[in-house]
Amino acid sequence: MLARIATFAIDGIDPRHVWVEVDIRSGLPAFTIVGLGDAAVRESRDRVRSAIMNSGYEFPQTRITANLAPAFLRKVGPGFDAALAIGVLAASGQVPAGALSAYAVFGELSLGGELRDSPGALAVAEGARRAGLERLIVPRERAREAALVDGLEIAGVSTLREAAGVLHGEPLPALPAHVHGAPARATAATTFEPDLADVRGQAAPLLALEIAAAGGHNLLLEGPPGTGKTMLARRIPSILPEMTRAEAIEVTRIHSVAGLHAAGLIQTRPFRAPHHTISAAGLVGGGALPRPGEATLAHHGVLFLDELAEFQRPSLDALRQPLEDGRVSIVRGQRALVFPTRFMLVAATNPCPCGFAGVGDRCRCGEPDLRRHQRRLSGPLLDRMDLLINVERPSEEELRASPETSSGRARARVATARERQRRRLEATSATCNGEMDARIVRRYVRLEEPAERVLAQAYVVGALSARGRHRVVRVAQTIADLERHDRITQADVLTALSLRQRGAAETALAA
Amino acid sequence: MTPRACDACTSRTWLLGRMGGHIDRFRGRLEHVLELDDDGLISAAGGRTRARLRDELESLDLERVRARSRAAGLETICRCDPAYPPALLALPAPPAVLHVAGGLGRLLELTAAEPVAIVGSRRPSEYGREVARSLGRSLAVSGLTVISGMALGVDSAAHAGALDGGSGTVAVLPGSAERPYPAAKRALHRRILTGGAAVSELGPGTSIWRWMFLARNRIIAALSAMIVVVEATEYSGALVTARVAREIGRPVGAVPGRITSPQAAGPNGLLAAGACVVRGAQDVLDHLFGAGVRLAGAPRARQPPAELRPLLAAIAEGHETPAALGRAGFGPDQGLAALAALELGGFVRRGPGGRFSAIP
Repeated sequence: MLARIATFAIDGIDPRHVWVEVDIRSGLPAFTIVGLGDAAVRESRDRVRSAIMNSGYEFPQTRITANLAPAFLRKVGPGFDAALAIGVLAASGQVPAGALSAYAVFGELSLGGELRDSPGALAVAEGARRAGLERLIVPRERAREAALVDGLEIAGVSTLREAAGVLHGEPLPALPAHVHGAPARATAATTFEPDLADVRGQAAPLLALEIAAAGGHNLLLEGPPGTGKTMLARRIPSILPEMTRAEAIEVTRIHSVAGLHAAGLIQTRPFRAPHHTISAAGLVGGGALPRPGEATLAHHGVLFLDELAEFQRPSLDALRQPLEDGRVSIVRGQRALVFPTRFMLVAATNPCPCGFAGVGDRCRCGEPDLRRHQRRLSGPLLDRMDLLINVERPSEEELRASPETSSGRARARVATARERQRRRLEATSATCNGEMDARIVRRYVRLEEPAERVLAQAYVVGALSARGRHRVVRVAQTIADLERHDRITQADVLTALSLRQRGAAETALAA
Repeated sequence: MTPRACDACTSRTWLLGRMGGHIDRFRGRLEHVLELDDDGLISAAGGRTRARLRDELESLDLERVRARSRAAGLETICRCDPAYPPALLALPAPPAVLHVAGGLGRLLELTAAEPVAIVGSRRPSEYGREVARSLGRSLAVSGLTVISGMALGVDSAAHAGALDGGSGTVAVLPGSAERPYPAAKRALHRRILTGGAAVSELGPGTSIWRWMFLARNRIIAALSAMIVVVEATEYSGALVTARVAREIGRPVGAVPGRITSPQAAGPNGLLAAGACVVRGAQDVLDHLFGAGVRLAGAPRARQPPAELRPLLAAIAEGHETPAALGRAGFGPDQGLAALAALELGGFVRRGPGGRFSAIP
């Protein structure tokens, strides 16, 4: 007898519809699985057999053939176990085969018949809805996550027996309450994350941080070791505007597939800080079976590269496409996978090889050292950095003083500025000032007369390259948005100039 | 252009270049080594090399040596020529041939009046760099030629200042004149050649050895009417320049520095030994021409707009970073914009680590 049930393979971060077909024939007892599965799929024969028998069902002592269709798609991991087991039960008449057409099943089995936590349930749920299925059986731990998809009934089950019960028509088990360790976040006001209120002093960097967050500008933090570059960067997600539901679901799906997240909806923007030894594949995704890289994990959040000068050049070069296009495509065999990578890039570096340039007479680096350091930093990545902030050690009084601002206050200002941008850029492809290209700038950015003059002067004296000028205008627009100026004022341009990231052409060392 | 280097001087120059590595190993002071005649130099080399050197010198094709200079775009003049800069003859062993890039006529013209050498550390503080630059600029504006060695740090800053001041400047290079050394100063070398000259004792394509820097320093000292040391540690080559200058009777000036800074040890030591105090271009002019005879050109009597003056004053007082300025009462809201305005106006410069310094 033949039974068929739907499940989903995860390809990159996308669900792919897979039919599990189980055929039972008389013959010598055998269990074969075909359909381009990996080792985990081959091993699932033994898990399925034990799980079925330990759940009190009978494992047919005949010839069983299971097929995972489509046959060309490579199937990875233990997520097909539950579907295979249900298929075997249906083919042997132990659950009603007719009920299967409305269901998708996803999850790994233990030998004892329990459904184990399996990453990627949200992606599977999205696939199930798109395929027009009505119900999805997932491991109980993943039920809340899968339930984020509207228009789909989720059965979170903890054992194979429960799953069979659902197919027999028993009522769906209630969604589990919040899993411990993941308290609900009704509003963004309940913050337990790093907050700008922890920062003492650093008035200029805080201002720049706010500008960066408000305009979605990539930003470079420069300063001696121990002055708080990392500390500041970690607080950027706390002042970025809240994610929309669509964004949150996208982030949750990615993190779920990567096995980094298990409970409910992610509501804080991701902050990823890979170590500088990371490979290009680790950063943008890759591998024989492509997995999302840090750039994708930072989607809608912040990618923080500490010690930028220490990163390998190929890794940094690999970031170009993701930065430019907001996504990265990885080609394997005949297929191309696309991972989304819209993140804010934040990098930190020492000002010179010894780290102490600008700190009294402590720096002992010569001109060639500085030049070498500059060369290591410069390149395509630096071109994408709109802002440069020098972070200094706060003074003793500042350490004792009260904080300059808090994340809540900054976030409110950022949100207002973003709203202005959204209205202005509605008709364009850009969503914030940091994404404006030259054409959009020409069309939508208006400067006051004195502001134009300052900009022209900066260009003429050689303080700006053509590209640098463009960057300054983008940042000035964000400052104007924060200050609620309808046109960019002279002060906005000047502030942007003092925070500008100086490209190689502009940093020419003295003579 | 007619070759203006006699046979003896041309072969002498070739020999120095050929023996580059040997001379580095000779004991004794470089001055004495350079005073040796060709035979003496060859004898000082080791056993078998000696015969080979003699052979090579004997069969040297002088026309080919000259052709190489011409091909490199260099003009030459030897110490037997009447137009040879007389100042160099003060040296016990003046360079046999001067190789000039940028024009021999221009070199002779630039060094005819009262050229001033500005020399110092290759690793100056930001302050030292700024002083060298502004000194170079004011001297250039006052109509004097600035001579230096185009090395990293003070030397380059002095050249750059002179170029800012709009006059030709002379770089004395250790290796060959047509090739920038250090190579990182390619752009500066090119700028110097547009209105000034680069000059060297050795011919084109000579590889560089240690002694050539000391030999170069003696040329700087002799070519200049006065030597100013900006910043130098106790072991700096700039002090060799100062010593040679004193030996041949050129006045030495030094820019006083903080006694705690190692970079100030050199100039402060010179001052203690009686060098003339240089606080700016006017001190140099007073020393060369008599007090108040010539006044330093005022390249910039201009002031920033009134609202920026307090900020500029705070920077000059040593509040050099945005954070320090914040503590001095210039918060980031207006302070950052004002800093950018000062930078654009050319009143302050942003150095490594985001540290601003006032341009004197």
